[in-house]
Amino acid sequence: MARFLARRLLVAIPTLFGVATIVFFIVRLIPGDPARVMAGEAAGDDVVDRIRANFGFDQPLPVQYARFIANLLRGDLGRSIRTGDSAVNEIVQRLPHTIELAVLATVLGALIGITFGIVAATNRGRPIDVLVSALSVSGMSLPTYWLGLMLVIVFAVNLRWLPAAGAEDPRGVILPTVTLAALSTALIARMSRSAMLEVLGQEYVRTARAKGVSGARVLLGHCLPNALLPIVTVIALQFGALLGGAVLTETIFSWPGMGRLLVDSIFARDYPVVQGCVLLFSVGFILVNLLADFLYAVVDPRIRY
Amino acid sequence: MATLDSTMTAAATRQSPRRASLWRDMLRHPSALAGLAILVMLGLACSFGPLLSGQDPTTQNLSEALLPSSAKHPLGTDGLGRDELVRLLYGGRYSMLLGLAAAAIGIGIGLPIGAISGYYGGRLDLVVQAVNDVLLSFPGILLALSLVAGLGVGLQNVTIAVAISSIPAFVRLARASALSIRELEYARAAVAIGQTKPRIVLLHVIPNSLAPVIVQASLQVGTAILVAAGLGFLGLGVQPPTPEWGSMLGDSRNYIFRAPVLSTYPGLAIFVVVIGFNLLGDGLRDVLDPRLRR
Repeated sequence: MARFLARRLLVAIPTLFGVATIVFFIVRLIPGDPARVMAGEAAGDDVVDRIRANFGFDQPLPVQYARFIANLLRGDLGRSIRTGDSAVNEIVQRLPHTIELAVLATVLGALIGITFGIVAATNRGRPIDVLVSALSVSGMSLPTYWLGLMLVIVFAVNLRWLPAAGAEDPRGVILPTVTLAALSTALIARMSRSAMLEVLGQEYVRTARAKGVSGARVLLGHCLPNALLPIVTVIALQFGALLGGAVLTETIFSWPGMGRLLVDSIFARDYPVVQGCVLLFSVGFILVNLLADFLYAVVDPRIRY
Repeated sequence: MATLDSTMTAAATRQSPRRASLWRDMLRHPSALAGLAILVMLGLACSFGPLLSGQDPTTQNLSEALLPSSAKHPLGTDGLGRDELVRLLYGGRYSMLLGLAAAAIGIGIGLPIGAISGYYGGRLDLVVQAVNDVLLSFPGILLALSLVAGLGVGLQNVTIAVAISSIPAFVRLARASALSIRELEYARAAVAIGQTKPRIVLLHVIPNSLAPVIVQASLQVGTAILVAAGLGFLGLGVQPPTPEWGSMLGDSRNYIFRAPVLSTYPGLAIFVVVIGFNLLGDGLRDVLDPRLRR
């Protein structure tokens, strides 16, 4: 198992380099003089020069790239233009909020999604199955940001049950979690349904039924464990995708996480922080995918790469 | 199994007899039909609706701001007194054309790259795969968002950003098809009679990998619309006063207490259009690829 994990990690290294390269070029895409754009119209030449020197824009591109990678390997993303604090610090402060939201949304999505999937599969073709299918297509087509706004209007503006924004009130986590969980719930329900349908047709399920095992035990003890592999995959992939989805959800609910920091930093042209956020989101996504591969091997001992 | 056989023979005897039956199959398939109906209706409404109304979507009239719905303004007016329905219809043009353009560019670049990479194999394939893996490791909206952060906002840059972020899905799909087509009888026969590799890719690999690509294209248009509108919502997409659904939704947040209903329409429009493309994609998958029929 350790060797398998080590090999997968090794394969991820070129991808990480590639991601770092793209993040490097984000700033170099800026039309005109990037240092001037970052400093803003009103800034004096000294500020512009300082930013230029900081990013190394006055040096040849290969030198800039080598410096960027070298700094990155030392965990140095530069200083935030807005606050002067190190970009890494700014991001690390926000990270727990984003992880909290992603974990809660994943748990919620998995609980509801798997339940819906099992119910739909065991009632194949009945109205409840059709309803679950319709709900999951809707969930996949729903613009997250719109769902968030609607929840705010209903539960915060009209009913005044829950706060509309912020993380100070502990109840403030409810609406963003539900918003973020909608898409995962839909995808997990869909995957659970088809995985369960596959297993329900197997011989051993019929055998279990024939020897008198109770319905619930057959479902949860015999079917679910065997249907778990694709479900675990989709849950892990969704957890990674939630990190990206957090950008919109956090903006709607003024949630003090990394997604909102990213958007704020783009508006403030605070590119060191932008680079750091994009980098961390992608690295998180890659690591979660690795974890999914690893979970494969745990859930299904036959799988070895 | 009969459908599978007929699909294969139809593919072998060129396209025309297959096309008629494809249409018939699609019109019989409930979700393909529903998706198609939604899209045709919305397409017609957004193409001709604005012409009938005769109102300009950007002219402000502050004395008529935030009016409730009436005969003159069926869906009311927005914060700057512009007719909401007219803006929605104009906005549909931007959202749908942007989604279609992005998916088209994605196919135009992703399909040939994927087909060549899969058919040629070797070192080229390794490099293409490595680059593609990098592009795929930006979750959701993030790649488009990063590109916009660099390129700047506006219709053109958003289209480029969304198009680039839809390339990797097509590369992966076309590559997978090319890998299997490479081993099939007709592709080997083409090698045997001395056809060159570029010719085989162009005449055999690409045409025969179109089915999954078309399915993906339909789903991808939906995704592209969601991403572009998401950027607009953040204020990082198509810029006001252009009536784009995402930016209209973002703008409606300013009136969430006084006119919450303004937040309903643009989101509902996005939702319905994306459902249309998703239903169409699901239906196309069943019709074009009978092996996957559930």
